[in-house]
Amino acid sequence: MSRYELRFSGAGGQGLITAGIIMAKAASIYEGKQAVQSQSYGPEARGGASKSEVIISDGPIDYPKVTACDALLAMTQEACNKYSHDLKDGGVLLVDSDLVTTLPKGNFKTVAFPIINTAKNEVGREIVANIVALGAMVALTGQVSRENAEKAVLSSVPEAFLELNKKAFSMGYEKALAAKI
Amino acid sequence: MAKKVAFLQGNEAAAHGAIYAGCNFFAGYPITPSTEVAEVCSLELPKLGGKFIQMEDEIGAMAAILGASLAGSKVLTATSGPGLSLKQELIGYGCIAEIPCVIYNVMRGGPSTGMPTGPSQSDVMAAKWGTHGDHPAILLVPASVQETYEEIIRAFNLSEKYRTPVMVMPDEIVAHMRERIVFPEPGEIEVVPRKAPTVPPEQYKPYDTSFGDVPPLASYGTGYKFHVTGLNKMQDGFPTTKAEIVQAEEERQVRKVNANVDDIVTFEEYLLDDAEVVVIAYGSTSRSARYAVNAAREQGIKAGMFRIKTFWPFPDKQIKALAGKVKGFVTPEMNLGMCTGEVERCAQGKVPVLGIFRVDGEPINPDQIVAKIKEVK
Repeated sequence: MSRYELRFSGAGGQGLITAGIIMAKAASIYEGKQAVQSQSYGPEARGGASKSEVIISDGPIDYPKVTACDALLAMTQEACNKYSHDLKDGGVLLVDSDLVTTLPKGNFKTVAFPIINTAKNEVGREIVANIVALGAMVALTGQVSRENAEKAVLSSVPEAFLELNKKAFSMGYEKALAAKI
Repeated sequence: MAKKVAFLQGNEAAAHGAIYAGCNFFAGYPITPSTEVAEVCSLELPKLGGKFIQMEDEIGAMAAILGASLAGSKVLTATSGPGLSLKQELIGYGCIAEIPCVIYNVMRGGPSTGMPTGPSQSDVMAAKWGTHGDHPAILLVPASVQETYEEIIRAFNLSEKYRTPVMVMPDEIVAHMRERIVFPEPGEIEVVPRKAPTVPPEQYKPYDTSFGDVPPLASYGTGYKFHVTGLNKMQDGFPTTKAEIVQAEEERQVRKVNANVDDIVTFEEYLLDDAEVVVIAYGSTSRSARYAVNAAREQGIKAGMFRIKTFWPFPDKQIKALAGKVKGFVTPEMNLGMCTGEVERCAQGKVPVLGIFRVDGEPINPDQIVAKIKEVK
């Protein structure tokens, strides 16, 4: 049975738990697969290490946490150092190239682009950096279709910000495709 | 028509399940990692004509639900370890006064303030022995979001059927994990109503055992007047120290649950038919165990899992029977051996019981369980 494991990691307040929830929702509600999202975080409201894990499968999912990571998003150097150890051979690592400058070595593909700056300068609001990252993760992992992921984004954000999030998602998706090649 | 589905957290599912069961009163003092239950109840209960009260403290919340239950409401409170400790005095009151209520406690690291955001399974003994004195205990330990929804309904049903507090304790992983949930239609899952008195108010006694071990409970405000106390009481609810009454009443209160274990105790048997090593697990740890059992099977080891769904009363009968058939038990849990001790009691020295204990805020991973399975000779 296929089991695909993703981890969204960074600092508390970067919206990574939300990004993980939307990925899992896309898989389980819109893509017709099964998905479990879990998280761990410190007691701080902001800062501190934060991670959100998503398991996607065609069948029932028992263990809800990552055993060997297929795809890792690291939005801080600390998160990259802490969470890249169990990346699988052939897996994929996505980092914010402004914040993660020391890249781990391993038999996986690394994709880097300035995620937060893309949100700030090209989408217009830094706060949607997590959705830019999500768009990129959707493109890099291929676990859910672009359409289903977009549906999940739009059903998860406030109505007043639909266009902003749609733009952020597309920008991340396109950038990752370009960076991948 | 297709059923309604959603992608929810265990805590959110608990609140929705409570509402399905007819809960119309919530009082709590929100605490991590159970806060989402209060959040959903505060949004949903008022829409349905129910009440949500954020109380001044944990024991106040416990007092509020006991009072509301006596007035005929189906009641819920939600808390976590430190809050459970603070509620214990009135949990005992609920047991002796025989007041139906549901206490949802998310297990985080302890004792005391412990590790607020880390998972744990170390409150299972507090569910039985946290409040002093002999008293009945029912504890349900769900392992998924869907099951949390369904088990909280069962908790309400059991609390009404046996007229006693019932606890539901997911660990923090189950409480905060998100999964797809399919909502049952109204009427699809049984909802047990409270047994109302069949006698007029002047003949009513709140502990009238001529109606059996679970006497009907009248609601305040409906014309029935009766006394409620934390003291040992007579059938009319007033205190007594008469030895034969106190002895009989204490025994009845425990018997009403313990004589009905077959109605209350639930469990799942996974690949037990030919199993030589049985992992006994509950909550999120059972999900690691299932993964580990499958992995062990792939390596040619005849492993299986007995998953505890009802922790109290403990599934003594089932585990005693298994102890006569297998080579050993493996008991992973996020505490230092609470369930393991119960399994050892049931194993009666017939087979080894190998515990795996973690209290570092991290889940027990499947590899640890596979390694322990291999230690059983």
